[in-house]
Amino acid sequence: MSLTLYEKLVRQHTVTQLDDEHVLLYVDFHIMNEYTSPQAFAGLHTADRPVWRPQAHLAVVDHVNPTRPIQSLNDIEDEGGRLQIETLSKNCIRHNIQLFDLFDPRQGIEHIVVPENGFAWPGMVIACGDSHTTTYGAFGALGFGIGTSEIEHVLATQTLVYKTLKPMLVQVDGILPIGVTAKDVVMAFVAKVGAAGASGFAVEFAGSTIAALSVEARMTICNMAVEAGARAAVIAPDQKVFDYLDGRPHAPKGADMVAALGNWQTLQSEPGAQFDKVVHLDATMIEPLVTWGTSPDQSVPVTRTIPNPTNDADHRALDYMGLFAGQSLSGLKIDRAFIGSCTNARIEDLRKAAKILKGHQVCSDVTAIVVPGSKDVRRVAEAEGLDAIFRQAGFEWRGSGCSMCLAMNDDIAMAGERCASSTNRNFEGRQGRGVRTHLMSPEMVAAAAVNGAIVDVRKMMETHQ
Amino acid sequence: MIPFTKVSGIAAPMPAPNIDTDIIMPKQFLKRIDREGLAIGAFHDLRFDETGAERPEFVLNKIPYRSAKFLICGDNFGCGSSREYAVWGLLQLGIRAIIAPSISGIFFGNCEKNGLLAITVPQADVDPLVAHASLPETSEMQIDLHNQTILASSLCVPFEISDTRKQLLLSGADHIQTTLNATDQIRAFEKKQQSHAPWLWAHLAKG
Ligand code: SF4
Repeated sequence: MSLTLYEKLVRQHTVTQLDDEHVLLYVDFHIMNEYTSPQAFAGLHTADRPVWRPQAHLAVVDHVNPTRPIQSLNDIEDEGGRLQIETLSKNCIRHNIQLFDLFDPRQGIEHIVVPENGFAWPGMVIACGDSHTTTYGAFGALGFGIGTSEIEHVLATQTLVYKTLKPMLVQVDGILPIGVTAKDVVMAFVAKVGAAGASGFAVEFAGSTIAALSVEARMTICNMAVEAGARAAVIAPDQKVFDYLDGRPHAPKGADMVAALGNWQTLQSEPGAQFDKVVHLDATMIEPLVTWGTSPDQSVPVTRTIPNPTNDADHRALDYMGLFAGQSLSGLKIDRAFIGSCTNARIEDLRKAAKILKGHQVCSDVTAIVVPGSKDVRRVAEAEGLDAIFRQAGFEWRGSGCSMCLAMNDDIAMAGERCASSTNRNFEGRQGRGVRTHLMSPEMVAAAAVNGAIVDVRKMMETHQ
Repeated sequence: MIPFTKVSGIAAPMPAPNIDTDIIMPKQFLKRIDREGLAIGAFHDLRFDETGAERPEFVLNKIPYRSAKFLICGDNFGCGSSREYAVWGLLQLGIRAIIAPSISGIFFGNCEKNGLLAITVPQADVDPLVAHASLPETSEMQIDLHNQTILASSLCVPFEISDTRKQLLLSGADHIQTTLNATDQIRAFEKKQQSHAPWLWAHLAKG
């Protein structure tokens, strides 16, 4: 029987089949953060169990740290967050696990630093106590989020009891129009199938549009596939991926790289492989999207108006967002602009946003911050002079972390404020209690910041030309 | 883990779709290194207003749902963040089972690891359960895991569950110990991978 890429990855990592739908799955690499791991370590300690394979784990501080400059952990006012950072460090020392601590030059959002340092390769199984672990699908790896009990399980056994998913193919073809990005592609997918549309599925993105995208753009797509309920998202690895990995600190080298490449080139869905569901997207028809509601599937092209509510949840979302059906999002005033998160804070994202901002000023009513995804991204951006563009435009240039993507640190908006955000979740209260989040591409956030209101970024591009 | 066999209690209707884990356990309760004291956090921003006063209109603040043991939910319950705090909080609030047409993957796994029974049944079966739960006088239900049934007055809804999950839930067994019983198989897999894909063992994180 012909196998899909996803099925191959599962098969290659099956230690043993447990029942019709579960396998014991081997985990090649596991990433931890400070806020979902402490109880896992505590459980391990209570049961007096060792870590099975310490070198197969990496820990990163990213969720609770401030993004303003600090000298030491003592400068963190929030006691709970500080305790989580200290606890992670203690646990890593105790178990000899590599840690990118807050002051490590490689620190940043886990899903940004892992690829950047060459830890994610085709053919791997990667788990992490964070739902956006699907990001690594951009490399042809099987990445998925797990809970704290599962973190403990991986630490103790290097495996997971894994429920296999059904394969879904998302075929995206055509050339993306100018001003339309990978973020819009994945938002279009989420809008098309719904927030639970890929629940129970492992999505494979394929087609000429995907092939034309950079590896970073593919990460944006796989990252946000989880907002359609997909617990895995994969893209067959190609030369772009191999080139991306070449020379990264933790990527295979020499004879290992040669052997790895031989294997990586076989990682595709076989001809005739069966998918349980197939979705087509015509890239030429996609426009810049903006969410109007409190679920990532509640979005419309910026050129259109908010649709009529079809259920109670829609009514509730409109109520929370202070909007009504038929209203145009274009022209809607914003209070905040946020460029950041594991979806859209890589160097390419910052370059594109800076291009929009160059020579413009952020509207005086808007508080705008940009949080590079990692210290590496920040350094590269500074070397290219992007920080100057952001600063001159009126954006605050911050340190790296999750920041206002989930507002667990002090980067938090006020109730009632409207935020144009390059993040992945517009849930109620996500960026602060009562905050109204509008998801969009980083270019669209930049354009909104300048205009003080949501606007079609393509209009600003025309004035540039 | 508390075993789940046969449990009776009040079922509360929460039929809205896409109730995410940010709603189930807001971020202000995530800054800790233990699992304690999370009952207050469960659905916090729906249960309480800005001043900390109860919102009387929220279902779990009403009688008889204040003591609910089951939640009858909408599509995609538990979507979003992987935070297991959501499941710990629900259990500490006294919730023993979630019934929905679909339950988000990571949340579903988290439920199972903690003995919170997560059941998916078709929407056509959820609807009458919501109707029963919505009337206080018919909101008492019984879930029998052994027989895989949900009983609500005269209604009996069967549900599917894999044998692996069922046995773990019924026994309340230690998942990690169960896997460690297969240590030899894991070691054998590693040996095989080391010879087939040696690069996977050469360049990972160094401690
Ligand atoms: S940036 Fe946002 S989505 Fe990504 S890991 Fe951090 S909190 Fe999660």
